[in-house]
Amino acid sequence: MSVLVDAETRVVVQGITGHQGTNHTRAMREFGTKVVAGVTPGKGGSVVEGVPVFDTVREAVAEVGANAACCFVPAPYAKDALLEAVDAGVRLSVLVTEHIPFHDMLVMYHYARSKGTRIIGPNCPGIASPGRSKVGIIPNTVFRPGRVGVISRSGTLTYEIVNGIKEHGLGQSTCIGLGGDPIVGTSFVDALPLFENDPDTDLMVLVGEIGGTAEEDAAELIRRGFSKPVVAYIAGRSAPPGKRMGHAGAIISRGRGTADSKVQALERAGARVAKFPYEVSEIVAEISRGLARR
Amino acid sequence: MVKLTEGRGKELFRKYGVPVPKGAIARSPEEAERVLRSGAVPCPCVVKAQVLAGGRGKGGAVRFASTPEEGKAAAAAILGSTFQEETVREVLLEEKVAIARELYVSIALDRTARLPVLMTSARGGVEVESVPDEEIERQPVEPFPGLAAYERRRASRSLGLAGALVGELDRLLSSLYQLFDHEDAELVEINPLAVVGERLVALDAKVIIEDDASFRHPEYATLRDDRTPLEELAREKEIAFVQLDGNIGVIANGAGLTMATLDVLKEFGGAPGVFLDLGGTDDPKKVTEAFLLMAQARPRAVFLNIFGGVTRCDTVANGLVAALGTVPPADRFPLVARIRGNHEEEGLAILRAAGITSVPDLRASVQAVVAAAKEW
Repeated sequence: MSVLVDAETRVVVQGITGHQGTNHTRAMREFGTKVVAGVTPGKGGSVVEGVPVFDTVREAVAEVGANAACCFVPAPYAKDALLEAVDAGVRLSVLVTEHIPFHDMLVMYHYARSKGTRIIGPNCPGIASPGRSKVGIIPNTVFRPGRVGVISRSGTLTYEIVNGIKEHGLGQSTCIGLGGDPIVGTSFVDALPLFENDPDTDLMVLVGEIGGTAEEDAAELIRRGFSKPVVAYIAGRSAPPGKRMGHAGAIISRGRGTADSKVQALERAGARVAKFPYEVSEIVAEISRGLARR
Repeated sequence: MVKLTEGRGKELFRKYGVPVPKGAIARSPEEAERVLRSGAVPCPCVVKAQVLAGGRGKGGAVRFASTPEEGKAAAAAILGSTFQEETVREVLLEEKVAIARELYVSIALDRTARLPVLMTSARGGVEVESVPDEEIERQPVEPFPGLAAYERRRASRSLGLAGALVGELDRLLSSLYQLFDHEDAELVEINPLAVVGERLVALDAKVIIEDDASFRHPEYATLRDDRTPLEELAREKEIAFVQLDGNIGVIANGAGLTMATLDVLKEFGGAPGVFLDLGGTDDPKKVTEAFLLMAQARPRAVFLNIFGGVTRCDTVANGLVAALGTVPPADRFPLVARIRGNHEEEGLAILRAAGITSVPDLRASVQAVVAAAKEW
């Protein structure tokens, strides 16, 4: 078993004829993902990387059975692309696209939710289960199959941390890059229960950063009862307190959102919080050894 | 993010039908006097510095005038002065109104609920952070129906409004939500919203527009004036570049890794002076441009921390070597590199050939750059 993606995942790549879409279609296929279709309006009938291209997502679903979408469509058109994919009935949409206005994401998120489609992203690397499947742009080389679940708001930092875990001889069950935008389709509290129920995951790594209260919300979920050990890292401890949302933002977050607030909430909930990125893999290795002895 | 000055925010308020006092912008004391003499803005009036920082009232950046001459003198005192590092170039002249009560209204994004939230409080005119939670009414707004009539009525109740003021607030909130939605705002805030007889009047306006929506709002592009010249140059090249107070330059890729690098650097006694996020580039030219920008910022030492995921280490190495060849001798700086990940071996070989060593351990590389900045 794995989380959200497996051998049954059949991906349609939206924006497949673009530079990014084409390159990552190749990388996904090399990873073992079943990329069954691409969509670029007006380019239907062509073939990219051995994948048939359709004009609409509906055709990709009807003709080759796509059930997940991976979106590389530029920000001004991303909302329409997502609505189309949801409407065509895909169950999972990974939005790699960055710079989508949050006013668009408000509509995209609530529409997808009302139709039962899960969004990962936007502005995210996507999801990978090493040895099984990936949807998105997570690099093929840094992963190895294993029993550590990883959820993260950042991209490169996650690869760095995952690489460290690999150097300790350990691997990942599933890794989800949630994206760092103000509104994300799947947040820590949405992702954690998926791993709780995954028999292939023994422990969790949570990589957060300053801003918003997603980490505090995750801490609350862990405190209420999450059965697997959690190792966390929060980036941005040295950043000056942000004034991004001004006074109204301050009364929404009420003193939460800082690195200190997140670290304290997670520690109170029983998570081990690493001070530096390289400490994550050291703590993970220590916990793994403990689990193996049991 | 584009923060609008009060004057620009109120122009938007007027456009959407949110009531504001009679007002006009002046850029010189003479212009202020002219406007007041013409009666376009009646005296007595308020003269307010158009700066983005808060706390203007206490800081002397808001003054009252009962005649055009006094208005001219107030404008002369404010224009050209510096308020929290901003030079005042404009004043807003506004009629003085008879305030019966001061309320608070805002619409912002609640990231956790993934919904806009309408916040109202009967305790306006003070810093809203100081108002207890239970005295602020919060209503999440579903984006499909938008801000509904019943939600606007509920706001009226929470503010204790009655009679004609209920209809006034209903119209005002409709307009304000429309502005929030159509202008791609992150925040619209009115504090205070004044009760003046049977009317409501927005005495202040805080509007923040989201950057990511700039493709449909080119009109805000000219208002980004809070960047340094180098930051502006970087923005044109689509490189995230921020100047800080320290002396060490940091180049990393990805926001998370960049922040983590700064954290480790500070922990080991370094002071980041500039940071530059390459993002997910696969173009050596962009790497070269990033380095040349960094050189212009005159750091004491530079730390390059790259983890190649999508970005390839050899691409970064090639861009780096090309850049170092074009940096004038006077602008050269000690460099500590750490490149890991995708095509690491090829990248390391390119660096070795150019006489640059990569320190694979993050701790050791950070200590090396902190030492280099001290020695230089």
